[in-house]
Amino acid sequence: MALIEVNDLRKSYGGRPVVDGVSLAVEEGEIFGVLGSNGAGKTTTVESIIGLRVPDSGTIRVCGLDPIADRAKTTLVIGAQLQESELQGKLTVAEVLRLYTDCYPDPADWRTLAERLGLGEKLNTRFAHLSGGQKQRLAIALALVGNPRVVVLDELTTGLDPAARREVWSLIEDVRASGVTILLVTHFMEEAQRLCDRVAIFSRGRITAQDTPSGLVAQSASGTVISFTPSRPLAADALAALPGLASITQHDGKFTLAGTDETVNAVINLLARNRVSAHHLRVTDSTLDDAFLDLTGADA
Amino acid sequence: MSAATAPPAPSLTANVRARPGRAVLRAETLLFFREPGSVFWVMAFPTLLLLILGFIPAMTEAKDELGGLSTVEAYVPVAVLLSMIMAGLMAMPPVITGYRERGILRRMSTTPVRPTSVLGAQVGLHAAASLFSAVLTLAVGRIVSGVALPGQILGYLLTLLLAVVCVLALGALISALSPTTKIAQAVSISVFFPSMLAAGVYMPIQQMPDVMARIVELLPFGAAAQALNQATAGDWPDWNHLGVLALWTLVLSASATRWFRWQ
Repeated sequence: MALIEVNDLRKSYGGRPVVDGVSLAVEEGEIFGVLGSNGAGKTTTVESIIGLRVPDSGTIRVCGLDPIADRAKTTLVIGAQLQESELQGKLTVAEVLRLYTDCYPDPADWRTLAERLGLGEKLNTRFAHLSGGQKQRLAIALALVGNPRVVVLDELTTGLDPAARREVWSLIEDVRASGVTILLVTHFMEEAQRLCDRVAIFSRGRITAQDTPSGLVAQSASGTVISFTPSRPLAADALAALPGLASITQHDGKFTLAGTDETVNAVINLLARNRVSAHHLRVTDSTLDDAFLDLTGADA
Repeated sequence: MSAATAPPAPSLTANVRARPGRAVLRAETLLFFREPGSVFWVMAFPTLLLLILGFIPAMTEAKDELGGLSTVEAYVPVAVLLSMIMAGLMAMPPVITGYRERGILRRMSTTPVRPTSVLGAQVGLHAAASLFSAVLTLAVGRIVSGVALPGQILGYLLTLLLAVVCVLALGALISALSPTTKIAQAVSISVFFPSMLAAGVYMPIQQMPDVMARIVELLPFGAAAQALNQATAGDWPDWNHLGVLALWTLVLSASATRWFRWQ
C-alpha cells in the first residue's frame, strides 16, 4: 500500500512554476529518495506533503489523509526535519525533547533517542550553544519523537562530518527496519545509493527519472565503463559495432568504452577472437553521480 | 526506537496524555524568565521608579496642578501602564517576530501543536507579567509611600484588563506587520515613546495643557490613564475613556489577526 501518494502536483510562485506536475507513490516501509539540483522543486514538493504549503493543484494523500484538510491528523502520522528551521535558543536539548514529546499522544522515549543520536552528553546544553551537527541531530530526534509512520528528512546530513553522517545513516536504517516509511531529500548521491530503495530525480519541477539507485545507473546512457590498452592495434569499426555502446574514446592507445553489461561481454569476445590481450583492463560501474548528471543534464 | 519492535499503530484520536498547549506554555514560561531584560523592564522597573520617586521628599507633597495629588500618587497609574507598554511593545514583538523569522513557528506547525498556542502562551505570559507588576506597584505604593489603593476597584480592574489586551494586540500587530526582528524593534520604539507620553510617563496627564490632554485622551494609553485616575479617585471611569480604549483594542486585535503570517 502506498503511504504517500502525490498526483499531478503543481505549485507556482509569482507565475513561475516551481513544481510542474509531480506524481509519486511511496510504499510502506520504503526509503524513498528525492534527488535534484537546487531549485528543482524538491523542498516545495516535500513541504506540500507535510502540509506546510498549499498546492495550486493536484492531490496529496499521506496514510490516506489530505495534509491540508486533515491537518491535525496528518501531524500525528508525519515527523519532519525541515531545512533551515531553528528552535528556541534558550531551551536546553532535554527541554526541547520534552516539549516535543508532550505534543504527541504516543511518543518515543526521548532519552533513548538522544543517546542514539549522540546527544546524551548535551541534554543540559542550550540549543543556541550546539554545533551545527548537533542541531542537525536534534532536528532528526524531533522528527522521530512522535513515533510517526512517515518521516520526512530534508537534507538530513548536511553539515555533519563523515563519521556523524554514517552514524545517522545507520540510525535511519534502524528506523526503517522498525517499519517507518522515509522520504529523504538529498543531494548526496552516496547517501541515496546507501539508503534509498527507490529514487526520484527532480529537474525543473518535474520528475525526470524514478527507479532503484542501481536501476537509474543502468538506465543512464553510461551504466558501465570499460577501459583497456590492446596489445596490438584494433580496428576501430569493430569496436564501434559493439552492442549497447554509448561512447568510445581513444587516447594514447587506451580505449575507454561506456556501455552496458552486454558491451562488456562483447568486448571480451572480440578480444578473444582476435587473440588480442588487454592491458590495464578495468570494468567499473558508473555511479549514481554520473547517472544523476546524465538524467538531469545538469552538466550540459 | 528499537529495530526489533514494530511501531504501534498510531491512534488518530487525541490521547489524554498529550497536552501540547500545556507543554508549550511550560516551555515559554521557562523562556520568559530566561530573558532578564524583559523580566526587569516589565516586572521590576515600574515599581522601582515609583520607589525612587517616593524617596524624594518634594514628590510626596500634594500639588494643586495634580488636583491635590502628590507626584508619587499621580505616578502609580503611570507605573502600572508603563509595565504594560514594556511588555507589549518592548518585550513581546521581538520574540514573536523572531519565532517566525527563524522558522520556529513553522517547525511547530508540523507537530500537533497549533501555532496559535505558541502565540497564546506569549500573550498570556506577558499579560500575566504586567498584571503582576501592577499588583506589585499598587502594593509598594501603598506600603512604602502610603498611596491609597484605588477607590473604585472594579472600574480599575476593568481598565487594567482592557489596557493589557490593547497593548498586547498592538504588540501582536507590530509582530504581524514586521518581516524581521530588526524591523519589529524599530517599529516598536517609534510606537513606544508616544505611548509613554500618552500614559503620562514624562508628565502626568493632569499636568498636560488642555489641548494636549484632549488629544492624548483619544490614544489608548491616554484614555487608560484617565480611566485609571478616575477609578483611583473612587469614581467609575468615564464611558468615553473606556469606549476609546475598547475601540482601539478591537481594531488592533482584528488587524493583528488579519495580517499575521506564520512564515
